Amino acid sequence: MSVWRDVIGQEPTIETLSRAVVDDAAMTHAWLFTGPPGSGRSVAARAFAAALQCPQGGCGECHECRTALDGSHADVKVVATEGLSIKVEDTRALVQESAMRPSVGRWRVIIVEDADRLTERAADALLKALEEPTPRTVWMLCAPSLEDVIITIRSRSRHVRLRTPPVEAVAELLQRRDGIDAPMALYAARAAQSHVGLARRLARDEGARIRRRDVIAMATKIIGVGDAIGAAADLAQIADEESTASSAERDAAEKARLLETLGADPTARTQPPHVRAQVASLEKEQKTRATRHARDMIDRSLVDLTSVYRDALVLRLGSDVALVNPDAMDKVRALSGVLTAEQLLGAMDAINEARDRINANVPPLLALEAMALQLRLPRDLGF
Amino acid sequence: MAPAPVPSLVLVSGPEEILVDRAITSTLAEARAAGAEVIRLDAATYEAGALLMHASPSLFGGSKCLVVRDLHEASDELQLDLLALLADPAPDVSLVVTHGGGMKGKKVLDTMKRLGAHTVECPAIKTDRDKSDFVMKEFSSARRKITGEGVRALVEAVGKDVRELASASSQLIADTEGVVDDAVVDVYHGGKVEATGFRVADATVAGQQGEALRLLRHAIATGVDPVPIVAVLAAQLRQLIKVGSAGRGSSAQLARSLGMAPWQVDKARRSIGHWSAEGLAVAVQAVAAADFEVKGGGRDPVYAVERAILTITRARGAR
Repeated sequence: MSVWRDVIGQEPTIETLSRAVVDDAAMTHAWLFTGPPGSGRSVAARAFAAALQCPQGGCGECHECRTALDGSHADVKVVATEGLSIKVEDTRALVQESAMRPSVGRWRVIIVEDADRLTERAADALLKALEEPTPRTVWMLCAPSLEDVIITIRSRSRHVRLRTPPVEAVAELLQRRDGIDAPMALYAARAAQSHVGLARRLARDEGARIRRRDVIAMATKIIGVGDAIGAAADLAQIADEESTASSAERDAAEKARLLETLGADPTARTQPPHVRAQVASLEKEQKTRATRHARDMIDRSLVDLTSVYRDALVLRLGSDVALVNPDAMDKVRALSGVLTAEQLLGAMDAINEARDRINANVPPLLALEAMALQLRLPRDLGF
Repeated sequence: MAPAPVPSLVLVSGPEEILVDRAITSTLAEARAAGAEVIRLDAATYEAGALLMHASPSLFGGSKCLVVRDLHEASDELQLDLLALLADPAPDVSLVVTHGGGMKGKKVLDTMKRLGAHTVECPAIKTDRDKSDFVMKEFSSARRKITGEGVRALVEAVGKDVRELASASSQLIADTEGVVDDAVVDVYHGGKVEATGFRVADATVAGQQGEALRLLRHAIATGVDPVPIVAVLAAQLRQLIKVGSAGRGSSAQLARSLGMAPWQVDKARRSIGHWSAEGLAVAVQAVAAADFEVKGGGRDPVYAVERAILTITRARGAR
């Protein structure tokens, strides 16, 4: 047993990090973990934090290891946002905290899980703390790629690059950690393109599998302009429903808890002004969370959609690369028969363009419509 | 004891500020003519009891006229005091209350109506037709004539704000003689058009390239942001496509199944004949590209909208 057991397919990285744990000369005060989504950036950061706190350098068994891994260690602060961005006020509080000595452990560790969501001002507020660190403070920032953080943060931290873990490693993790049977684990790992969290969800949630199948089927169904607009509306609606379904319960619970804290009467028809203001600010926060969630859902669907075209391209070019969607072979084959390699690449470009546009605040529906219109097929494939 | 008849109760109800102002001015003029002392009370800064204090008879006698504005924003104290005054009206005191709409202060409103208050309605002036009617009334009450073209030109030029419309009308009435037509309006307000995103979108979807670009320039010049213009364009095209692919059926039925208003369905039906499916596809893609560019993806937001308009109007012609 070791803290590194859930960091899969990252042997070179583990080696670097474990050396830093034992050798003071190899250690530094700011680390930047990058890697594609689902490659385990935050898992790696937490494991590293545990190894730093553990008296045996990462046994995975002791109190220090376990609390650090699940984020409840007194000296390991994990910052993650459910909104669209991390604000400057939050960062300033972090900087204050970083100036304190560790209370029980050997290091004070601050893990920022979505450093790519730091606003520009928030990132600027971090610079001083990153540059002149308190002796026993370690910063660990996680981001999808180097380009996602500002250059001044990049230059102040040591870069650790994670790779996409192999499908087999992800499947093995699902079997070992989550007790999922082998064929399902392999399907999920492949369909999620080695995104660990996503694979786990696919393996466990029938609804997620059905939604993915629907998205894949979309590629073969768009023929006319009406189909395209309909498909775009479906995509947006699936994301919306998913987002409301998963948040409605939680939103209500949060509101009830807030009212209880404020000593307000939850059955009152109108609340007093000071309570109303608090409720309004909570609801605003919940709304940004819902927006982010819906966007993430759409993005995920678009990644799934890209994979079909990618598979069709692989087939078309006859290259010897594993397919993402062997379970939808008939659709992939039909697509590769009717579209040329250029057209397949064009379709993937259109999907990526839609993702970029949604990130730039274009209304998702509009971006999806423009994308779906470019995905129209020359003739009906009979699906 | 039976309640004494309230000497004068005036209720000015409705949200249109300028009409409210006029109603108050005319009422107060009458009150002053009758020698009453005018006391204004502000709903926002009201202190409990002030109303009754003002309503109590003064040492020197004489009548009073109390004006309470914005009952719809009144605090509970003011409402209670008003109700008390209405239940036990003071002699020689007349009361003028304005209410901008909404549920707040409903009880006072109902009580006043029940007591037979003289009610002046001030409905909101929103649509172009309301505005035209308003201008016609302005002119006819000054015993002046304005042509239909003249009304249209005036509403188009300064119709965004009713106050501005009123002052423009009175200026025209005071400055000119004879019948006011669009040429006269042009002399005063020529070249000024208050365009909205909707009008830009309407012209674009109708394929009027020059008109759409002209309106866009006017809209930008009068402070409309490019972002909502693009949003309206997208919404209109989406409606076209929905209606176009929905097939037959009464417009009311379609409206229900598509989540649109019946008039929107009718409007889309009138335009759809000029559009091909391919043209619509090109148009939607142009709007999506423009939306990205006005939100920071491009260098010049206005140019992005202009280019989208050009692409869309061209796509409409293409068959």
